[in-house]
Amino acid sequence: METKQYIESGILELYVYGLLSEAENLEVAEMAKKNPAINDEIIAIEKAIVALSSSFSPFHSVANYEKIKAKLELKHADVIELEPSRNWSQYMGWAAAIILLLGIGYQYNQLDQTSNKVTTTTIEKVKLEKDLNALQLINKANETSLAVVRDSKNTVVALGGQAVAPESFAKVYWNKETKVVYVDAAGLPEPPKGMVYQVWALKLNPLTPTSIGLLEKFEVNNQKMFVVNNAEEAEAFGITLEPAGGSITPTMEQLYTLGKV
Amino acid sequence: MTQDELLVLIYKKDEKAFTHLYDMYSKSLFSVIKVLVKNTEEAEDVLQEVFVKIWKNIDSYHESKGRFYTWILNIARNTSIDKLRSKNFNNSQKNLSSDNFVHLFEDSNKVVNKIDAIGIQEFVKKLKPKCIQIIDLLFFKGYTQQEASDELEIPLGTVKTHNRNCINDLRNYLKV
Repeated sequence: METKQYIESGILELYVYGLLSEAENLEVAEMAKKNPAINDEIIAIEKAIVALSSSFSPFHSVANYEKIKAKLELKHADVIELEPSRNWSQYMGWAAAIILLLGIGYQYNQLDQTSNKVTTTTIEKVKLEKDLNALQLINKANETSLAVVRDSKNTVVALGGQAVAPESFAKVYWNKETKVVYVDAAGLPEPPKGMVYQVWALKLNPLTPTSIGLLEKFEVNNQKMFVVNNAEEAEAFGITLEPAGGSITPTMEQLYTLGKV
Repeated sequence: MTQDELLVLIYKKDEKAFTHLYDMYSKSLFSVIKVLVKNTEEAEDVLQEVFVKIWKNIDSYHESKGRFYTWILNIARNTSIDKLRSKNFNNSQKNLSSDNFVHLFEDSNKVVNKIDAIGIQEFVKKLKPKCIQIIDLLFFKGYTQQEASDELEIPLGTVKTHNRNCINDLRNYLKV
């Protein structure tokens, strides 16, 4: 009966709530130890109040739990626990990731190759355009040469080889109206280094040579068709070999070709 | 898991024990903290602080001192009150007496364990207003019997039995 009264007094509730003094607390703890009925009652009260308060707990984030674990450095406990519970989806995830990675690698490689090809093609295109330009230039030069040769207004003067170079020959195309002079030097050998061909317009009586220009860049001129200065009056044309830069008067020992108008 | 089984694990410093500890008591303690602190963010901070304290000071708990739950409940109350004191004490005091734990439910529809909670809410509706007040003051807010007697204007000697009757109603409902 004493137990029942003790329980009914309501002291056990206050014990669970934590509202008793230290002395009262010790007393209840002692009683609970000796008397299972009291202990059971305490557990039941505790269950009821934990259930009541838990059911009124507002939402609190899961992150909270992780934060606490992190603070207590219990973080890794879960990681270790996870290990034995391997499953297929985990492997599938990794497999998918690896396949994706390989796929990306392959795609990247393909892209790289394609862009290399594009670069190569572009270089080839530039080279072809260059070649085409060069060809067009040559063509233009040829057309110019042909036009010069065909022009009926041009007086053609054939220059024959002289003592120094009997094999050589040249042609002068002289437009008497415009005074323009073209020289076709295809029959002349390449001049030695440091030397240049000089073209002279000659008056014969008395022999008066007038320089009308040099055949510069002889070796790179494919057509060997040169434009020189205008010739006002000329009875003959001659070509001599002179030191680079030309001479004031022709070096007659080096007269390669000569021809009368 | 019972409290005794949990304690065995905790004393062994078994890390899984922390998870059990949290599962068993975090909601209960959080509702107490929330009643006292009100601000959700601050309440969450306090909850973290409380669990850190429990884990770090576990060796200072002895069964002779009382129930383990009572020990952690006191840590939660004291930490909450410290938090309030660190802020504006007067305002907090005013807030403290203005509403009770039932507001936790009314305030928020994000209550954990909704199904259980709805059941208990229905029960709480049937509970006498005096019971809500007395459980609120004694359990949630940790008032002394004297303080509760003053607040509720009932004789000091009846506070204990009054509370006992209210808890009995709850136990009948919960069948514990």
